[in-house]
Amino acid sequence: MTDENPYQPWIAKIISVKEEASGERAIKTFRLEFQDEEVRKKFTFLPGQCIMISVFGTGESMFAISSSPTQKDYIEVSVMKYGKLTKALHLKEEGDLVGARGPYGNSFKVDEWKGKNILFLGGGIGQAPLRSVIDYCIDNRKDYGKIDIVYGARTSRDLCYKDEFAEMSKKDDLSIHLSIDVEEEGWDQFVGFVPDNLKRLNPSPEDTIAITCGPPIMIKFVIQNLLELGFKEDQVYTTLEMRMKCGIGICGRCNIGNLYVCKDGPVFSYDQIKDIKGDM
Amino acid sequence: MEQLTLPKEKLPELLGEIGSKFELIGPKEENGFLAFRKINDPKEVNLEILLSRVPPKSLIFQQTETLFTYAKGKDSKVQSPKIDESVRVIFGIRPCDARGYDIIDPVFMGKKESDYIDPFYTKKRNRSILIGLSCNEPDTNCFCTSFDDSPANTKHVDILFTDIGDTFFVEVVTEKGEDLIKNLSKIFSKATEKESTIRKEREKTAIEVISRKMNTEGTVEKLNKMFDHEFWIEAARSCIGCGICTYLCPTCHCFDMQDESTLKLGGRVRVWDSCMYEEYTHHASGHNPRPSRMNRVRNRVYHKFNYFPKNDGIFGCTGCGRCIDYCPVNIDIIEVIDKVKEVNV
Repeated sequence: MTDENPYQPWIAKIISVKEEASGERAIKTFRLEFQDEEVRKKFTFLPGQCIMISVFGTGESMFAISSSPTQKDYIEVSVMKYGKLTKALHLKEEGDLVGARGPYGNSFKVDEWKGKNILFLGGGIGQAPLRSVIDYCIDNRKDYGKIDIVYGARTSRDLCYKDEFAEMSKKDDLSIHLSIDVEEEGWDQFVGFVPDNLKRLNPSPEDTIAITCGPPIMIKFVIQNLLELGFKEDQVYTTLEMRMKCGIGICGRCNIGNLYVCKDGPVFSYDQIKDIKGDM
Repeated sequence: MEQLTLPKEKLPELLGEIGSKFELIGPKEENGFLAFRKINDPKEVNLEILLSRVPPKSLIFQQTETLFTYAKGKDSKVQSPKIDESVRVIFGIRPCDARGYDIIDPVFMGKKESDYIDPFYTKKRNRSILIGLSCNEPDTNCFCTSFDDSPANTKHVDILFTDIGDTFFVEVVTEKGEDLIKNLSKIFSKATEKESTIRKEREKTAIEVISRKMNTEGTVEKLNKMFDHEFWIEAARSCIGCGICTYLCPTCHCFDMQDESTLKLGGRVRVWDSCMYEEYTHHASGHNPRPSRMNRVRNRVYHKFNYFPKNDGIFGCTGCGRCIDYCPVNIDIIEVIDKVKEVNV
């Protein structure tokens, strides 16, 4: 990602690794710091943008940046262990070096949304890009109205950012509504899917932006329920996902219809995507 | 535009001189097929076979190319390769193949300020001087004229050669072409009115030889309406997913990036890829947005005849006919587009 060669990543050091979820679908949050001071200074991004992470010898993959741009000292990515690259990344420890280039894609319109209530609806690892926006809104709290965070995962073990939610729940200027899919001993919050939790909470669409990110099936029903609650199509935002290689709109891989998710996305309003004819 | 002639027997002298000053690439017979290769001896140049099997796209957008190298581990570092920027002459490129560059230029070289520029493509493109060769005898599946192109179009090259009998009619199109001619010894003559007339006749005859026509009118709009039509299941039924239509297409620009490494050192290598393969869009999660042949054949057709026009204002097809010639199961893109026209939506 030098000015000359957009494919060449910068070297970034893993300054900490936090285990968010364990087990088969383990999730870790990697905190990264660019080695080059110049890069550290000039790297800026907006919530929703992505970064290409390299494990040299294995390859690279695109991840949503899960930290907020208000946090200037580092960037974070939350990664679920799933394929070749993410498995290799999960083996990396504090102090190890990886490659990183970006930021890529468009972003959530946090400036346009000033003064509005924000409703977050996340599922599983889909919470990663939402965390960037949530932290951004908290750091600019006076710019936004009511903040509601609806987040669910299959089991309590799969929930990310648990201690952060615990910390946030002490604040009185935002509400957190967690859920898990099936009953568990000791769980005193909602049991069921995120779309059902949304229905139960019955939020008002007035002056509110809803952002949802998670598994495709969850997004589908969340949007359906939001529309039923009276949300307009341009009040609902989500992110789309495709396999990517170059990340800069050249390699042709991530198209949905004539749009490239890497540069035209990943953030889309529902009225933008509802009519897209393309394989998703 | 300067119009010159070169006696055919002087061609080896010309190529010899170009080869002594610059890198010279030309069409060469290799295992029964034509291929663009470095020319060491002018005698190697073959102007009889019409089209190379692999389009000369490969000279600018290489089939494999190292994007950067790296050291792994505690001393990780990365390094970009040096890209050769010295002048290179590509001789004997056909107008349709040269047009292929024009079509994919915006993809690699950007259209807007915010677009990323691929330095590997851009530098090779800029260092190349194209000496085209008109097609006097187009082949069975040629249909460049369907895209307002001509087998003797000067527009896509720096210099165009047209065979007019014992001599080549030489048109110097661009400044780059002029500079090259200026650099060469005086073996060209000024073209006469008569020679110019013969050249025009040759083009006219060649255009008449082209019997196939793709009717592209209204295709973009029609495709807008038939993404979900069952037609695509039928259109893809015989496809075996070999990907040859994409590998040999002058406008296919998809690539993969793979790491090749030893214990300590490695490089990230770009290789041509094809949207006809199942793995192409396969997510790590197991989800695949294009799980079946139908999705992939449809994507190929849409990319050429709907997405390219929408994004770049041009069809992603040169009419070279390679995908028809080499398809092992006789899928014919002209017929596909004809059938698209017939679908009721």
